[in-house]
Amino acid sequence: MTILKKLLRNPLGLTGMVLIIFFGVVAILAPVLAPPKWPHQPYRIPRYGWSAEPKPPSREHPFGLASGQYDIFYGCVWGTRTAWFVSLVVVGLAAAIGITLGSVGAFFGGWLDELVMRITDIFYAFPFLAAAMTLASILGYGVWSAIIALVAFGWMGYARLIRSEVLRIREMDYVQAARALGVPTYRIILRHVLPNAIWPVFVQITMNMGSIVITFAALSFLGVGIPQGYADWGQMISYARDWIIGLRGNPLAYWYTFIFPGGAITLFCLAWNLVGDALRDILDPRLRGRITV
Amino acid sequence: MVAYIIRRLLILPLVITGLFILIFGLYSLLDPYEKAGLYVRDITELKNRDINELIEQYGLNDPPWVQFFRWVSEVLHGNLGWSEVANRPVIDAFKRFLPQTVELALWSAIPIVLGGIWLGQLSAVKQNKPIDHASRVFAVVGWSLPTYVAGLLALFIFYGIFKWLPPGRLSTDVSLYVSLSGEFKMYTGIITLDAILNWNWWVFTDAARHLILPVLVLSYVSWALIMRVTRSSMLETLRQEYIMTARAKGLPEKVVIKRHARRNALLPVATIAGLTIAFLFNGLVITETIFDLPGLGRWAAEAARQFDIPSLLGYLLFNSFLIVIANLIVDILYAVIDPRVRLE
Repeated sequence: MTILKKLLRNPLGLTGMVLIIFFGVVAILAPVLAPPKWPHQPYRIPRYGWSAEPKPPSREHPFGLASGQYDIFYGCVWGTRTAWFVSLVVVGLAAAIGITLGSVGAFFGGWLDELVMRITDIFYAFPFLAAAMTLASILGYGVWSAIIALVAFGWMGYARLIRSEVLRIREMDYVQAARALGVPTYRIILRHVLPNAIWPVFVQITMNMGSIVITFAALSFLGVGIPQGYADWGQMISYARDWIIGLRGNPLAYWYTFIFPGGAITLFCLAWNLVGDALRDILDPRLRGRITV
Repeated sequence: MVAYIIRRLLILPLVITGLFILIFGLYSLLDPYEKAGLYVRDITELKNRDINELIEQYGLNDPPWVQFFRWVSEVLHGNLGWSEVANRPVIDAFKRFLPQTVELALWSAIPIVLGGIWLGQLSAVKQNKPIDHASRVFAVVGWSLPTYVAGLLALFIFYGIFKWLPPGRLSTDVSLYVSLSGEFKMYTGIITLDAILNWNWWVFTDAARHLILPVLVLSYVSWALIMRVTRSSMLETLRQEYIMTARAKGLPEKVVIKRHARRNALLPVATIAGLTIAFLFNGLVITETIFDLPGLGRWAAEAARQFDIPSLLGYLLFNSFLIVIANLIVDILYAVIDPRVRLE
């Protein structure tokens, strides 16, 4: 509770929280804000024609129509849901895998720890985007193939982090005391070690939410992850790609194709990074007691 | 120190074997046609062939370890398969696209490293002053700005509105001169370097003009990483007692920071070299695609879009090798610089 209070007292943290709540509300209210044309396929962006040239905002289409006459407002609103869904699933799965491997390795030590850490090292040698791109391409079209690809190459940070925390806490007196009392190992891990080791992971999770959305949208921007016409910010930005130059004498002619989805993804990531930064300052004992921004 | 370096070198084969096993894991997800594509030097070898015949010829039903060793030996002999996107063997595609990527990466490395360190140092020295807040906000916005948004925004402003900095590698007339006139000798394939070697100012400025935007975009989205590490390490160092001693001696603050603090504060920054390179690779894929630069990143992006698996696996292998080697070099340099590492 005090953490939340401190977070809200920090101007940047507050900004981040407000933005996150805003995006949360948009995602929850998506069916109200932009009623789907096909109720069974709400993530399919409705099209209003086939022309390649975008159309400026109007009463019916407040953000205008992208190339291919996709409704930008609809894409941005339902894209918010996609962003939440993908980031929550990917971060949740990656954190679960990383925490399990890292804490098991750290707690049992020996060759098991060595094995886990070497595997982590090897996964770390792959650049995230290229690896995700390759796996997603092998698995074929679909949101889930992108999600699997992001999880497969995104869990290592959690494993390393939780390992170093567990190693630190394992040596503390109260854990030794619990062990001396004959508490079973799994209970020591679950009740005594993990709850105290989890905070840095929490910071990592908030920082990761934004970068996962960036990479997922990068995949769909490149045309790897998701099918045509799926409501996703990266795809919306790729529709804008050929139209950023504008017309002779009116360079800003097609600004709306790019600004809305680009702004949405940037603000979403910024929100999580601001909150993550603020949380880290609050939770880092070395910085405690000093004014933080 | 020699013992440390030897121990470090002994891990290398292990890590590289691990890399091969992991990429082989991706390989085993492929269907027989795609697998066969990894063994051929010419795609016509696969045209109009019966699938059972291919499975027989390339031994695709053999036990996994037999296939693994066959594939590894092919890779070690430089045969990475056929790149559908580049319409040539993967290894030749590397030769074709590497110079552009090296050019962009080298030019970007300078502002990324120097700018990141400068920002981090500035913000640590002026901790909690407005300039610290400003540079941290600047960095966190860069960190949150996806490369494709930053790149398109840059094109929108500097090409769409002001018509200053165009995408692509060279202007049309320069490009025609370089490729057709016969006066311009290609030594390395890196245009800016070749222009200097040819002593051709006209080509150099044109190439540089095309590099400004991608370099700026790559730098901006990468600064936060180095800046953060520099800042926290610098803050840590500034609290050390020897810094207090230096100040107590009456040394000017500039000397304290430059001569005493910075040297030690930069040690941890070097450890993220591998991370920075990995980050740069991620950025290169997007930047080259947006600015239409014929490099490895754009080739890989194109390959991903068209399900050209041999190109992707080759690209992944190449990237991961570079990162492993970079980490090795950093670790060894670290042992040379920092006596504490050797003694462990």
